[in-house]
Amino acid sequence: MLVSDPAKKLSSNRSIGNGDLVIVYERHDNMKAVTVSEGSVLQNRFGVFKHSDWIGKPFGSKVFSNKGGFVYLLAPTPELWTLVLSHRTQILYIADISFVVMYLDIVPGCLVLESGTGSGSLTTSLARAVAPTGHVYTFDFHEQRAGSARDDFVRTGLSNLVTVGVRDIQGEGFPDEFTGLADAVFLDLPQPWLAIPSASKMLKQDGTLCSFSPCIEQVQRSSEVLQTSFTDIRTFEILLRTYEVREEKLESIQGNGSNASLPCKRRQCSDGGSVISSPISSVMARPCGEARGHTGYLTFARLKCLI
Amino acid sequence: MCDSRRVTWEGCSVLLDINDGDRLVFARLSPAAKLKIGNKNCSLQPLIGRAFGTVFQVETAPEGPYLSPVQVNAYNGEEVRDGQVNVDLRDQVSDNNAEEVRDGQVNVESRDNRTLVDNNTAQSLTGEDIEAMRRQGARGNEIIEALIANSATFEKKTSFSQEKYRLKKQKKYAPKVLMRRPGSRSICEAYFKKYPSKIGFLRVDTLSLLLSMANVSSNSDVLVVDMVGGLITGAVAERLGGTGFVCNSYYGQTPYSMDIVRIFNLSDEICRRILRSPISDLLSQKELPEQIVQHDDVCNAKIQSNDQISASASVEEICHSSENGISELGAENTGPAVHKAPKAGEKAQKEMIDSWKENGFSSLIIATPELDTWTLVRDLLPLLANSAPFAIYHQYLQPLATCMHNLQLEKMAIGLQISEPWLREYQVLPSRTHPCMQMSASGGYILSGTKICTS
Repeated sequence: MLVSDPAKKLSSNRSIGNGDLVIVYERHDNMKAVTVSEGSVLQNRFGVFKHSDWIGKPFGSKVFSNKGGFVYLLAPTPELWTLVLSHRTQILYIADISFVVMYLDIVPGCLVLESGTGSGSLTTSLARAVAPTGHVYTFDFHEQRAGSARDDFVRTGLSNLVTVGVRDIQGEGFPDEFTGLADAVFLDLPQPWLAIPSASKMLKQDGTLCSFSPCIEQVQRSSEVLQTSFTDIRTFEILLRTYEVREEKLESIQGNGSNASLPCKRRQCSDGGSVISSPISSVMARPCGEARGHTGYLTFARLKCLI
Repeated sequence: MCDSRRVTWEGCSVLLDINDGDRLVFARLSPAAKLKIGNKNCSLQPLIGRAFGTVFQVETAPEGPYLSPVQVNAYNGEEVRDGQVNVDLRDQVSDNNAEEVRDGQVNVESRDNRTLVDNNTAQSLTGEDIEAMRRQGARGNEIIEALIANSATFEKKTSFSQEKYRLKKQKKYAPKVLMRRPGSRSICEAYFKKYPSKIGFLRVDTLSLLLSMANVSSNSDVLVVDMVGGLITGAVAERLGGTGFVCNSYYGQTPYSMDIVRIFNLSDEICRRILRSPISDLLSQKELPEQIVQHDDVCNAKIQSNDQISASASVEEICHSSENGISELGAENTGPAVHKAPKAGEKAQKEMIDSWKENGFSSLIIATPELDTWTLVRDLLPLLANSAPFAIYHQYLQPLATCMHNLQLEKMAIGLQISEPWLREYQVLPSRTHPCMQMSASGGYILSGTKICTS
């Protein structure tokens, strides 16, 4: 997914090869991650697609099934991955993810500590942000989920950038070996205040921390504990509203005054005559009906500077 | 950020946050640079070689006022300086209820403001008294304590109200200067707060979404049309971390302003990766119809006539100090000791442009408040590699709606989405947690999508 070798970057000249991970796009709300394998097929409501047909085609191609249906094959990105990955836990979505990466000031070369790993949604974006020289150390207390995450990172080509550890961060804190080395720490735990003292020891001077909590009581408790060693403690929520777009022909009815039930658009001109408006075609946008109301609160803080 | 960049150096750029965001100043540190606080002019020399995040306070000395680093414990307002501890009179409020514990006694919070009358007679110290104290060398905090001691109504206030009073006096008599590290987040926030028109009202969460949606990452070639002062160019370059390239492109022959890039403290290697190119150079020969030429004239005319566009074409922008806006200090400093910021924005050479035409750009970000989105996208999308994502920012919804509609009709992209981010901050304090009273109503809109293979 991420390009560690400049020769392999996303290019119009690069084509899909055996073993590549592709994102099969059926519709904007229907996508699937598939690892291309010579001899395999993908079967969906559009028909049967042979992987061998895909090999050699450029990413972004439209490919056809035996029945003439089609899908698009896209190159994987952390955004697309978040939409297709298998949910072992509740995940973070793009709005929270983007904000976290920006607000923690994560740039290439950073060392980031994360707990819990969950399904690896955020971890994938953290890896992108620290590449090629940084690293993400992520911890989860659930051994099986840690294993699934590790498999995912191999599949998406991120295993050089991400190390998954099995550890109970709330109970034991982060490993001592990271003391004073972390540029940023991210916590998505039920009781993050238990991990905050350890996090403060892991961070470099002026390092940043973020805690994601669904409940305001957790936020209050965390904020209080943060005050000992942190400053700039700020809590946000971020949501995305999406819009749908349609072209509408707004007809105006040509009335002669006797048709009282339908309004008629007449404009008075300066010479006293009136003009009837002609149909206008316009592209209109309106907010989508469904929206997410809440994901969680993001509490950010910066390690206090000791002089 | 790497270790070496956590401590300031001579010639580096800093963001001075005075009194918790009341005033924001971008400055370049040099022995000659000065900052005016209230009526005092302080040298910025003490800031050189200090860690980012250090807080300074103005101290008086026979030679004049100077900035001195302060250890601030935000927990209960204790200040530790020179090993002495000034214990605060304020109490800890437990989070179970509003009980106050003072000297072992427990007082249930029963005070309120029913008897407080605001007629300006509560404070018995006069302005002259305070000046006299200052001349005798009293520190800011001593003045504040004196004001509190001489306030007839202070004891009657609730502890929350007392806290507010103290903070207000601190801002005036003991102003604090927090030296922040400039980066995409701090720069965007500062501009959005104080001078948003200069960055096209691009809010920090919107900027973060642009970077994610366009999959900005190392070893990518990102095409950018940035009419927001260079903020996006700088943010992309920061994420590239010295790999890949960001091509800042423009219609016509005059590049758009990239002043903000200078504030970023980007390393030489990162700066080298910021290139500029006129759009006409990027398009292949057959795609140069007369439309482009006309477009140039229209654009340039608009840029010159419209004062709402704050993206100035001149690189040496001179900002004057203002209490409410953003100032940039030290930019005019040209002493030999000053380290000159490396030059970003060199013109892209032919080999580079040919390579981009051959491989396509990895992604595209557009932020052009005054240009028509669709014509821009129609011209630039073909320059992207297959399956490359793009993200377009606009303050207004309509241009994006039209663009999205046309992209659908022309079947140039899939996964099209118009998003509007919503951001709300919370005040989190014991017994006083609620969303902040003030909120940004809009951070703009983003049209995102993925380019599909059209062959």
